[in-house]
Amino acid sequence: MIRFGSVVIGLVFVLTLLWAAFTPREAATPDVVKQFHLHPKELHLASDGPFGRFDRQQLQRGFQVYKEVCSACHSMRHVAIRSLTDLGFTEAEVKALAKQFTVPSVDPNTGEPSTRPGIPADHFPSPYANEIAARAANNNALPPDLSLITKARHEGPAYVYSLLTGYQDVPANLPAENRPGTGLHYNPYFANLNLAMPAPLGADQVTYADGTKATVDQMAKDVTAFLVWTAEPKLENRHRTGLGVLIFLLITTVLAYMAYRTVWAREKH
Amino acid sequence: MSFPWAEHYEPKTEFGRWIDQRLPLPRLVHGAIGGGYPVPRNLNYFWNFGVLAGFALVVQIVTGIILAMHYAASGAIAFDSVEHIMRDVNSGWLLRYAHANGASFFFIVVYLHIFRGLYYGSYKPPREVVWMLGVVIFLLMMATAFMGYVLPWGQMSFWGAKVITGLFSAIPIVGEPIQTWLLGGFAPDDAALNRFFSLHYLLPFVIAGVIILHIWSLHIPGSSNPTGVEVKGPQDTLPFHPYYTAKDGFGLGVFLVIFSLVVFFAPNALGHPDNYIPANPMSTPAHIVPEWYFWPFYAILRAFTVDFLFIPAKLWGVLAMFASILLLFFLPWLDSSPVRSGNYRPKFKMFFWILMLDVLILGYCGGAPAAEPFVRISQFAAAYYFLHFLVILPILSRIERPLPLPNSISESVLGVSAQPAE
Repeated sequence: MIRFGSVVIGLVFVLTLLWAAFTPREAATPDVVKQFHLHPKELHLASDGPFGRFDRQQLQRGFQVYKEVCSACHSMRHVAIRSLTDLGFTEAEVKALAKQFTVPSVDPNTGEPSTRPGIPADHFPSPYANEIAARAANNNALPPDLSLITKARHEGPAYVYSLLTGYQDVPANLPAENRPGTGLHYNPYFANLNLAMPAPLGADQVTYADGTKATVDQMAKDVTAFLVWTAEPKLENRHRTGLGVLIFLLITTVLAYMAYRTVWAREKH
Repeated sequence: MSFPWAEHYEPKTEFGRWIDQRLPLPRLVHGAIGGGYPVPRNLNYFWNFGVLAGFALVVQIVTGIILAMHYAASGAIAFDSVEHIMRDVNSGWLLRYAHANGASFFFIVVYLHIFRGLYYGSYKPPREVVWMLGVVIFLLMMATAFMGYVLPWGQMSFWGAKVITGLFSAIPIVGEPIQTWLLGGFAPDDAALNRFFSLHYLLPFVIAGVIILHIWSLHIPGSSNPTGVEVKGPQDTLPFHPYYTAKDGFGLGVFLVIFSLVVFFAPNALGHPDNYIPANPMSTPAHIVPEWYFWPFYAILRAFTVDFLFIPAKLWGVLAMFASILLLFFLPWLDSSPVRSGNYRPKFKMFFWILMLDVLILGYCGGAPAAEPFVRISQFAAAYYFLHFLVILPILSRIERPLPLPNSISESVLGVSAQPAE
């Protein structure tokens, strides 16, 4: 009875699926965006690979680019200022850096909203009070928080680097409906080709303390390296711990295998 | 234990005798996973995965309990609390990556465990209840994993919760109220997040309970084996300890090496980048996909694209998706062949490997965008899935001529010429 019922039910499902499979499809319209969209460029960073380590000089340069350029619009709310010691800054330097930030506060005497200089325990302050303010200032576009951006996109680091260096003139054969409207900028690395953010980097926009020449490519690489750190600050710790754990486990597994062979040595199986 | 030659438990110390008369826990352990459980001597490495699945559950419970100490189940701060774990909690990144990837590895070993059961006919009499309890564990795992994926409250968490609870809205008349009741609102929000957290904490312990029943019912007939021939005498078995504890120890080492490679060097490879974007009810992701271990079932759900026999396509999809798992409960009766092991069933073996390929294709389509050619491929693949279990197996098991079986396990191990020690 179970078998008869199962054959009937099975055939009903199969019939339904085949009916659906042989139902003609609507002719697929070619996706114009796909023709013009580009895969992220290749990017190599010191933090890549299983033994990757951060290049602290580069992280400091990237932090400078974020602070002087990106932070005008993009928040970094998951990152605490105290964690900048990871970049090679001393505690005193971090304290001084923290003071340069202005963070929202409450006046202790009146209870009115006010501001105060930052301390290392604060997180990076946001450039806008809230989403409405951010949209109002940016032609209704919302600049995303950058703390996790390199983990929140496919091939995140390469994507960020490509986006920053990928602004181009609009191709002549781009159909009118895909052309950038008012306040939008053509960038083939962006999902729908038209990005609200204007090209943020120009040559020599920042002056690096270590004398590195601030080309657009250099700044894009540096800030990407910094954003890899903000998204995964424990990366070095993870790689180091992982190596130790693997060595330990490999030795243990070899010992376990030898124990297994020894126990079974006299038994046929 | 049903084998009369099983080693008897003899407490060796004064304290051992004392506790044995009051709480015979050492006796229980001895009989369950010690020298008192005789196991076929010819088990291959596919028999390691039950123990590994149990270990994976322990990893999930231990890491999960500590994560829960730092996590906050509120829509406003759930995402931030996960980032707090990643950045500020001591070794929090390790706990979270081990827990997130631990779920994937739990499914990997359970899928291999199910593969073993399907190929070697472990579901056949007298082990039907072992198998059915296994299917219960699988269903509980899926519920637990789904609710766990919602907790970080990223974009995929939110939209996954919306899509999966939305399945219930396909039920005629009462569907929409059921969805609202499940979520505690019209869309996933604090009420849904809190109940998912509560259930996500509860269900692993329910799983642990069903595992005890699973092992209990297994120990009545004892473990199956690659020949599918039942144990006939002491020459066919070896005590679980030390033989299989040693073998499982090695298997565990290999498992941990692979698990560590992913946790430490590719911890986000199995996840989706969109879940690092905080949940936003106003912005739908381009492709909503569940975690990889749900892809085959997700493909079956999406394969039903046309209304048929007055049943809407969406309801067909939901019915078929649930049927694709629930049919496993009936497998011991769908496949009535008296031969257990696929090694001695040439035709079954062929269809079995087609099914494995079919499930991989379904998995690939389930992870791909809902567009051609993937929809049409998943329609054919889903058709074969149902055809295999519901039509081919019942008929095949009637008409198939299996190969001759060895007389006993020891004969197959020692060669045909050996005489069983009577």
